Amino acid sequence: MDNFLQQLINGITLGSIYGLIAIGYTMVFGIIGMVNFAHGDVFMLSAFIALLVFLLLTKVIGLGFLPLTFVLVLVAGMVLTSVWSWTIERLAYRPLRGSFRLAPLISAIGMSIFLSNFVQVSQGPRNKPVPPMFNDIIHIGGAGHDVTLQYRQIVIVVITALLLGGFWYLVQKTALGRAQRACEQDRKMASLIGVDVDRTISTTFVIGAALAAVAGALYMLYYGVVNFSDGFLPGVKAFTAAVLGGIGSLPGAVLGGLLIGLIEVFWSAYFSTDYKDVAAFSILAITLIFMPSGILGRPEIEKV
Amino acid sequence: MTAISQDVSGANAIATHRLRDALAAAALTFFLCFPIILLHAEADNDGNLYLTWRPWAVVILCAIAFVGRYAILAYSARSRVDEAPARVATPSASRAFVGRYIAALGVVFLFVFPFAVLWLLGAGGALKWIDNYGVQILIYVMLGWGLNIVVGLAGLLDLGYVAFYAVGAYSYALLATTFGLSFWICLPLAGMLAALWGMILGFPVLRLRGDYLAIVTLAFGEIIRLILINWVSFSGGYAGIASIPRVTFFGLSLRDEPGNFADFFHIEYSPIHVKIFLYYLILCLAFLTNFVTLRLRRLPIGRAWEALREDEIACRSLGINTRNTKLTAFALGAFFGGLAGSFFAVRQGFISPESFTFNESATVLAIVVLGGMGSQIGVAFAAAALIGGFEILRELDWMRQLMAMVFGIPDFDPAQYRGLLFGLAMVVMMVFRPRGFVSTRSPSIFLKERKAVSGSLVKEGHG
Repeated sequence: MDNFLQQLINGITLGSIYGLIAIGYTMVFGIIGMVNFAHGDVFMLSAFIALLVFLLLTKVIGLGFLPLTFVLVLVAGMVLTSVWSWTIERLAYRPLRGSFRLAPLISAIGMSIFLSNFVQVSQGPRNKPVPPMFNDIIHIGGAGHDVTLQYRQIVIVVITALLLGGFWYLVQKTALGRAQRACEQDRKMASLIGVDVDRTISTTFVIGAALAAVAGALYMLYYGVVNFSDGFLPGVKAFTAAVLGGIGSLPGAVLGGLLIGLIEVFWSAYFSTDYKDVAAFSILAITLIFMPSGILGRPEIEKV
Repeated sequence: MTAISQDVSGANAIATHRLRDALAAAALTFFLCFPIILLHAEADNDGNLYLTWRPWAVVILCAIAFVGRYAILAYSARSRVDEAPARVATPSASRAFVGRYIAALGVVFLFVFPFAVLWLLGAGGALKWIDNYGVQILIYVMLGWGLNIVVGLAGLLDLGYVAFYAVGAYSYALLATTFGLSFWICLPLAGMLAALWGMILGFPVLRLRGDYLAIVTLAFGEIIRLILINWVSFSGGYAGIASIPRVTFFGLSLRDEPGNFADFFHIEYSPIHVKIFLYYLILCLAFLTNFVTLRLRRLPIGRAWEALREDEIACRSLGINTRNTKLTAFALGAFFGGLAGSFFAVRQGFISPESFTFNESATVLAIVVLGGMGSQIGVAFAAAALIGGFEILRELDWMRQLMAMVFGIPDFDPAQYRGLLFGLAMVVMMVFRPRGFVSTRSPSIFLKERKAVSGSLVKEGHG
């Protein structure tokens, strides 16, 4: 029971991070029907940006108060990663609208390779150990129980929840969110009624990247180490989460993220750590083959 | 008078506009570079990170962005005047003729290549050219042609092609080390096993199209690699399989031992013999792939592949069995991947899961895409350009010395940048020439005369 509870806590923490990345996949797929293969590497890049900004703030400027530092890291990471994502969309994806169907996917694969190599060249191939933060531990259930809750897990879940709340408001209540949903339903019609489609798509990429940037900072915080190759696996897992929840559905992405996090953690705890990535890939394949619309997604209707 | 002043002010406005745009590009570059290039975090021996600054790199990149953006604006303003509206290039008959001529010339060149280098450079110098360039490039030509069946002809984007390469390599390695079978028996077996896997993995993905298909094949490729890593008792895990039996010349050893190839023919032993033999082996395998593909394209099955690529629903309504059509494409592509894999194993003598990562799949896909999907000769040229380019990057010693002397960067290694350039090449290619180097396709069936068509008319990756 203790082990179960402990794994539940770990799974939710990990799932929050996957959920944040998955939103980027699902929004972009919803709006332009493209698998943004480079999203995982944008996430990895954002983890590096977070690390560098953190080091800059603590070592060069000498900021001592950790919560403030971390908030600044988050904000800086969101802004800088958004700039990256905006540029990528502008240079690598926008010119391809109207090209043949697989062109954006191939371009995104190229971008993904570019980004991971860019970080490898500019920051070196070795692991970067991050100084530990939010180390305190709460024991749950008093004496006799062996369930711990780390401060950093609380930080991760709380930040994710706040961010998702804000994001939900943005999509449901603001003009931008309305434009986004309009583009998702019918891009041509949206442009006829005066929605700036190109700008809306750019904004979608920027929002996705900003959420991935938070995920990147939280990932750095949680694992305490970043590496240039960290984009691929979390990226695929988050994409799996998006597919599992139903691609195109925002609550689905969060739900899928939590499920993937829980599955990964429980699989490692009760079956085998070696095959945990196989589990993720298998879920991806099985979902796409047997229920491509996921849990909350709408079935795709094929027009002839 | 007023007209002239208006002209001048107009030109000024354009220049200011360009300048402002270029400045914006430089500012954007600064933001992109800000932490990731300006700062470099490295861990010392105790595991503590420390920062180093690289302001000059940022300044140089911003300057490049400024100048580059300005140049692009100036250039595009000039070329916009005489820009032709035709988007679909109409290939001329003379170009098609040249194309055929180049293909024939290429075949002759490939067959005389090893002896030409041997004659020009001697045994010592030729080794590198035959092995690093010749054999290495030809492996990728073969993989590219194999994947071209799946992606270029049948229009099924396969991101897990390396899985079949791995199946072929491990089949040979395991069959040869466990049962002691010779390479010539293992080669077709490896191909068939890979084809079987192609069908096994192809079967569940029949219903999927486009992006979903790509992602599922990626997942399958990764699953196979992860199993090879984790099933240690079967595949040796990370350590891989070493001491795989080397290739023999129809039973004659090509190594330095009594009774070998050199003894039999009464010539002096040289390590170049085995390289030349491997070269001709992979050349023949690659041509086999090409030959089979070209012949199959004219058969009903090949025409069904291409029809499937153009429109799956139309195919189904015409009574084409899309299941079998897709499966044969997968199986045949996998078969050639398997042959290439077992060649890889016999050439290296050692294999491990490291050689079969997603990057490898992406490289082969890039070759097919850059060459122009569906174009055999384009794929061959793309393989030569990409793989040859990687090898050349590795040898740019003068560049290393230049960087060390002029910029004071001691450990500059051009080969580091190959992934960077490679990813960039894929993006640039998609933006500017989505149909690849070779933008014309010759149809496999025609009414009166063979006429090459523009690649823009071919609908890739629809199914």
